[in-house]
Parts: sequence; C-alpha cells; structure tokens
Amino acid sequence: MSTISTPRPGAVGQVETHHVELFTAEAPLVLESGETLGPVEVAFETYGTLNADRSNAVVICHALTGDAHAAGVHPGAQRPGWWDNIIGSEHPIDTDRVFVVCANLLGGCRGTTGPASVDPATGQPYGLRFPLFTVADLVAVQRALLAHLGVSRPLVAVGGSLGGMQVLQWALDYPGELHAAVVVCATSRLSAQNIAFSAVAREAIMRDPNFFGGDYLANGTRPSAGLAVARMMAHITYLSEEGMREKFGRRLQERRSAPRSGFDVDFQVESYLQHQGQAFLDRFDANSYLYLTRVMDYFDPFADMAVAGPKLEALDTRFLVVSFDSDWRFDTAHSREIMRVLSAHRVPVTFREISSPHGHDSFLLVVPEYHRTVGAFMRRMETEALANAGPP
Amino acid sequence: MRPDLGIIAEMIPNGSRVLDLGCGDGALLENLITQRGCQGQGVEVSPEAFHACVSRGIPVVSADIDKGLPDFSDGSFDVVVLSQTLQATHRPALVVREMMRVGQVGVVSFPNFGHVTLRLQLAFGGRMPSSRTLSHTWYETPNIHLCTLRDFEQLARAEGLHVAERRLLASNGGPSAPWRRHRPNLLAAGAAYLLRR
Repeated sequence: MSTISTPRPGAVGQVETHHVELFTAEAPLVLESGETLGPVEVAFETYGTLNADRSNAVVICHALTGDAHAAGVHPGAQRPGWWDNIIGSEHPIDTDRVFVVCANLLGGCRGTTGPASVDPATGQPYGLRFPLFTVADLVAVQRALLAHLGVSRPLVAVGGSLGGMQVLQWALDYPGELHAAVVVCATSRLSAQNIAFSAVAREAIMRDPNFFGGDYLANGTRPSAGLAVARMMAHITYLSEEGMREKFGRRLQERRSAPRSGFDVDFQVESYLQHQGQAFLDRFDANSYLYLTRVMDYFDPFADMAVAGPKLEALDTRFLVVSFDSDWRFDTAHSREIMRVLSAHRVPVTFREISSPHGHDSFLLVVPEYHRTVGAFMRRMETEALANAGPP
Repeated sequence: MRPDLGIIAEMIPNGSRVLDLGCGDGALLENLITQRGCQGQGVEVSPEAFHACVSRGIPVVSADIDKGLPDFSDGSFDVVVLSQTLQATHRPALVVREMMRVGQVGVVSFPNFGHVTLRLQLAFGGRMPSSRTLSHTWYETPNIHLCTLRDFEQLARAEGLHVAERRLLASNGGPSAPWRRHRPNLLAAGAAYLLRR
C-alpha cells in the first residue's frame, strides 16, 4: 500500500533548465503538415538518475501554459516548479526511483522554439509565420529529446490537460514505446463549448490594438490587454463554481480611500483574476497562446476509426485515466470517452473519477486520493519494469 | 484465492478477455492473467479495493455497477464475472442484463438463501439467518437482494438466458459434495452459473 508523504516544497533541490538544439536548418523537424521547421531548440529539466538500462525514464508533458520547470527551485528563486507537489523523493513520481524529464512544448515561449523565436529566414520573430502544428508534432519533439538523452522506451508518460492529450497521442502513434500512460483530466476531443472559450480568448488577443497581425514584437509592443483578458477568462474555466465560492464568495476588497468610479476592482474574485491576468504577461507570449489553443481545438485522434482502429488494436501500453468531479473544462465525460474507446478496442484501462472541489486545476494540486492513485500506479509500473528487465 | 474463485476460474477458457464486476482486490483477475493467459479488466466501487488492484497491476475502473456499464461496448468481453456480488446490488436484473450485453457469456456466483441451514434458522430460530458467507447482521448487511437457486434460474429465464453450466458450492466456497446434487436448492450453500444469451 502506498503512502502519501506531505509534499515538501522543493524536495528535488536546486535545479536548472537546460537547452539543446534537436533539429537544425539542415536536418529540420518535419511537421505532420509536411512543413519543416529548423532549427528547433528545446528547454528541458531532469530530476533523478537514469538507470543503467535506461528503463526508468518518466516524461512529464505539460499543459497549455506550463514550462520545463516542473519541480525543484531555480537558483535564487522562492517558488518551486509547477508540479513540485507530485515530483520528488518519496512523492508519487519518486525521483529516488525514476528519472524525470520535462520539456517546454514546441511552440511554447519558455525556452523552446516558438512564434516568439527568431525566424532565420527573416531575422525577425516568426509571429504568425510560425507553421501550424499538431499534438503529434509536440510528441515528435518530446521523442527527439528522449533520443538525445539516450532513452528509447520511457517507462511512463504523464500529463494533465494538453499534457494528457500528448500522452494519449504518443501511446497511439508509437505502440510498445510507452510502458504506461497517465492521462489526467484530458480529452480526446474538445467540445464546442471548449472551442468557444478558446475562440474568445484568441479574439481578445487578436483584437488588441497592439497585436499588429502577430508582429507586435517587431513593433516593440505586446497585446497585453488582450492576453490578460484571455488568461482571466480561461482561468475561470480552470476553477469550479464551488471552489470560487469557497475561496472568494462575494467578499469585497479592503476599502480604499481613493474615490470609486463604480467599476473598480471591488470584489476579491475580480482582484484575483486581475492578478492572474497580469502575472501571466510576465511569462507568456500571445502568439504561443494562439498556436497552442489551436493545437488543442484540432486534436481528435479517434475521429477516423479507419486510422485509429489499427493503432488501438496495436496498443500495448498500460493506461491510468483520471478525472475530477468538479472539472467542467474537461469534465469526466471526456475521460470516460477515452476509457470507453480504449476498452472497446480491448485495451485494459485503470480509470477513476476523483472528488475534489478545485475544478480543472485539481491536477496541479495536492488532492490526497489523486496522489495516492498516481503513486500506487507508478510503484506498480516500476516493479513491472524491473521484472521486464529480468535478472542482471 | 477464495475456493469459489478457483471454481469460477475453471469455468473460464484460457486466453479469454474477462471483465470482473465487483472485482474486489483483483485476486481472481490476477490468477486469470498470470496463470491462464487471460486479459483482465476489473470494475470496483470501493476505493480501498481499487487501490489494491492498482498496486497489484490489475486494470480497474472505479464505477458503481448498479448504474449499468455505459463505459463498455456490446460484446466487448469474452466473459463477464459477477462473483458473490449479485446479492449486494440494488438492481440485480439490470446488472445481469448489462453483463450479458457486454459479455459473450456471464459467470454469476451467489450464496443460496434456500440452503437448509438458513431455512432452519428462520423456521425454528425465528431470526434472520446468518452463515459463513452471510455473516452480517440484518441491519448492517450489504446483501439486500438474496435469492435461492430457483429464484435466480427464474430470473435467468425471464431475461431469456440459457444456463450452460452450474457448479454447486459448499459453505467454504469449495465444490459441493456429490450427494447434495439431488436437492441443490435445499442442500447447496451456493452456486456458480455459466450463462449464455
């Protein structure tokens, strides 16, 4: 029986982000669309130690706005990485046992090549000239990084939301490569409502007068108002009504002495969203937001069963699918659909809906039953990997 | 593994794809997977049993079978097992219907409430009967839909199901003594049925 230790922030210790050029102008990344992209630089971090037979690699696929800094602390920083509560010694993803790799996504803006990177053809940032790409392309870059690190068969790929979508695509496209897949509050297909939210977020960015058709960097500015609004709205979808009621209720901000216009930030929930929007500006690029939300909109790996069917038949990956009962961004029906399709194609699945008041964000938080489930699954996968390796 | 699970395992062809409803800690599925080349999938509502399955590598879906099996497609399993669980369901007919939708064949085992010791307890003791398999007090028992072998066979007929095989169980879960076969509804402590559509 696995036990859940109380997370100790920064248990992984001091870490740093590494950079590697995985594709070059001469040997570019060939995208699913057939377009090419090079050079491609990837920012990544690793925690723990790769074992001698390279069988203990765990890949963390981050969600829409994550980055390579999943755990530990950077020199001089206070806050640990975004998934520090699940990664570390004696944590569900136990760095005493596994070698953890987390890379910033292709198209991101946190050290991996994306729309804000300089296009070698023009010497200017790509902007909207960056090619469109897909979840399969995100996986191609993840795999290239693992190859660079000497790993051909990861033990487990883990991801929440867009991260889980990558894990699902990976398992489908490369049967036998992943021993196990952990897919948390993800989807195999966005609903009309999901796409609608993304569409409004993109409109907010593109209608910002400082957007300049995506060439805002060349114009020395950024569509900050639009990006902040996009983030504020998206953030509402990451929480639950119950969670917001508990956290903010209708409580008002401390009264200020300045005269009020009537439309100040009066309620605490307004202040919180404003902070979320503003803080996002420091770490995210508007074009990356456009591209990555588009990638999610088009994700639909089970759309054509003539293509997906044979992939599903060939699947040889253990699946853990987890959802949260208060998540309405990708509610349990999305996870159940993944489970239903896998099971209909004779793929065994472990699935659980976990109770948590924190909505879609639950996957990033310490929800004890969730961590216990992931921990138990991980321990089992480590045991199976040892058995597969056989006697030394 | 419980003796009755051993008997159920014998009723399942090697290499089958098996769905075990109310799979508990996954002992039957582990046996079928490791000893009989089966592919196993469990369904379990108890969080503790769910974790036991995850820890021993048994694929398990956390779900309440009283709500049907909407996550599983028609005929997607060779065998669906319901061992010592039918009597604890709220809607036994629905559960049987759903298991026969999802599986080619079904295996159902349950304690026989027509067993002579239980009849005697009620007739002469004037109290709700208890036994090794039915050990709860009446006010705490999860077993809310107890039935006799005849009752179950009547349900199977009503659902248009054919009993392909019946194994009688003793009170310890092992095979029932041969002489009890003459009056199974009175003398067998339980039974495992192989059902076909």
